[in-house]
Amino acid sequence: MKKLLFLALLTGITPPDGNLLLEKIDKNISGTTRRLVAEMRIVRKRGTRTLRVRSYVKGDSAFTEYLAPEREKGTKLLKLGKDLWIYTPESDRTIRISGHMLRQSVSGSDLSYEDMLEETRLKDAYTASTIGADSLNGRPVWVLELTARKPDIAYQKRRLWVDGERHIVLKEERYSRTGKLLKTTAVLETKLFDGRWVATRATFRDMLRANGENESLPGTEFTVEEVQFDAPTPPGLFSRSSLRR
Amino acid sequence: MIKFIFRGVLRDRTRTLFPFLTVAIGVGLAVFLDAYLRGTTDSMFNTTARLVCGHLMVTTSAGAHAGEYATPELALLDVTPRQQELENSYPEVVWTPRIRFGGIIDIPDSTGMTRAQVPVSGMAVDLSPGGIEHKLLRLDRILVRGKTPRNTKQILLSEQLSQRLGLNPGDRLTLITMTADGGMAIADFTLAGTIRFGITALDRSVLLDSIADLRQTLGLPDGATEILGFFKNGVYNDRRAINISRHYNARHTHPDEFSPLLRPLREASGMGQLIDIVANATGLILTIFIIAMAVVLWNAGLINSLRRYNEIGIRLALGESSRDIYLSLLAEAFFIGLLGSTAGTLLGLGAGFYMQRVGLNISGMMRNATVLIDDVLRARIAPVTFFIGFIPGLFATLLGNAISGLAVFRRQTAQLTKEFSE
Repeated sequence: MKKLLFLALLTGITPPDGNLLLEKIDKNISGTTRRLVAEMRIVRKRGTRTLRVRSYVKGDSAFTEYLAPEREKGTKLLKLGKDLWIYTPESDRTIRISGHMLRQSVSGSDLSYEDMLEETRLKDAYTASTIGADSLNGRPVWVLELTARKPDIAYQKRRLWVDGERHIVLKEERYSRTGKLLKTTAVLETKLFDGRWVATRATFRDMLRANGENESLPGTEFTVEEVQFDAPTPPGLFSRSSLRR
Repeated sequence: MIKFIFRGVLRDRTRTLFPFLTVAIGVGLAVFLDAYLRGTTDSMFNTTARLVCGHLMVTTSAGAHAGEYATPELALLDVTPRQQELENSYPEVVWTPRIRFGGIIDIPDSTGMTRAQVPVSGMAVDLSPGGIEHKLLRLDRILVRGKTPRNTKQILLSEQLSQRLGLNPGDRLTLITMTADGGMAIADFTLAGTIRFGITALDRSVLLDSIADLRQTLGLPDGATEILGFFKNGVYNDRRAINISRHYNARHTHPDEFSPLLRPLREASGMGQLIDIVANATGLILTIFIIAMAVVLWNAGLINSLRRYNEIGIRLALGESSRDIYLSLLAEAFFIGLLGSTAGTLLGLGAGFYMQRVGLNISGMMRNATVLIDDVLRARIAPVTFFIGFIPGLFATLLGNAISGLAVFRRQTAQLTKEFSE
């Protein structure tokens, strides 16, 4: 805070209100609907796997379909609020992901199913305060500290490095209730789509895994190929019956 | 002379009965303890070997490092040629591959939706009838309901877990686990039967699958998380196991974390210290036994000397030398030791044999136990059991009498007549 006051006195720039900045981030990323095609590059001890997925997001609902590799093609994930289901064509079963499974990694990546159940709108889940200023990827950023509004939120604290001008998160750290660093995100590339700045390449790291035997592994790289805001969604997509279609 | 002493020993019971009983009971206990200790530790080591790590275990270096948290991602590949190499190099050992994995089973309701989900601890083995795993896992004995899998996509599940989930043979369930390359594997199975190992730690959540099935599910052709080796005679030989592991590892020294690493049971199970304790325990028991028995027999000898005070005095007065009397006492002790040790060995062997055949059922005490040990404890009579008590029994009798007999050399005869008149 002292650092911020000093900065404010020195430059005449007033640090933004954390909650206001959070609202702008939410507004930048969310539309009525969002459709994206992305590639997930998962580096494991025995080699690298690349998954290609197509996702539709509407409010707190999301539908994801695996397009590649062949072995996982046709696998679908459906999120409806706080519920998550997975469908695989080989077993022709719709399985609810809950309890023990929520902590499991999504297809061996650094993301867990619990991460997928996160509140879409940050402002609804956290209160934010601006704790500093920094520079990242050649852009000036504000450092926000987020505190969970509810005790059942997976990450009780988060630290975001936010491009205040473009309203996009460039770096993130997620912490447990005890202050242990659990996950990190580093945005490597951003792009402008329909007047909104979107992170098109980012690396996710599960720090619990990274601190163990996978220390040398770089994490999971997520590359967005296409983004479309307010795009029409196939009818009945956000329902369980759509999984077996 | 020998005949004379032997007759004296047999005819004068007051001289022989107490030392004989002491030696017989002591030797009997030592023989039984040896057989019991051998059987119990065998049971513990063999149960651990059969279900966890074999007498010898080959994994990748990374798999060995991860220990019980090792996943199929750290599995060995090209298992068939590796197994062939092991069989050719160490013909006294039989080898079998296994895949150990964790996962979740999802039980569908009548509409196919999730009814229940529970974590399971899985083991995939060669379930073919007549295969080595049938014998190692005692499949016929552990089967509670249903039958052992005959077709693909059939599994065996813990009876305890099946009861909890309301599952019956023929029911459908879905296994969700991680593939060898870290992806998600979801596969449908039919419950062929339920099993009970009688070991609480395993019976909570064990799932048995055919290794061929699971290799397909995990995308791990000719892979296994471990290749287990078992000595063909069924008994763990620590020294030989260490030699085999040194020999094999010296031939496979690649810096790669996926290179194979062979570990003996003492390392793979973390039971090395226990093995050392057991090995030393027999020696320790026998040492304590010899000392205790020698002290008792020394004491018995002293009492005997008091009782035979007059006899020794007369023998000295008649001209027999102290040395000859001392040697005759030792000869008597030898015969008593011989008879006592023979009787004790037979007694111990009899009790040991009974425990070997019938055993002691401890299932009632093991309900909440987490150690891997059979529910029935049995003794094991080894060739060494036949003489383990015999020699110490003989030695202790001689030692006890040798110490107490030294009094002969201090016996005075000057006042012999006066002693008799008193």
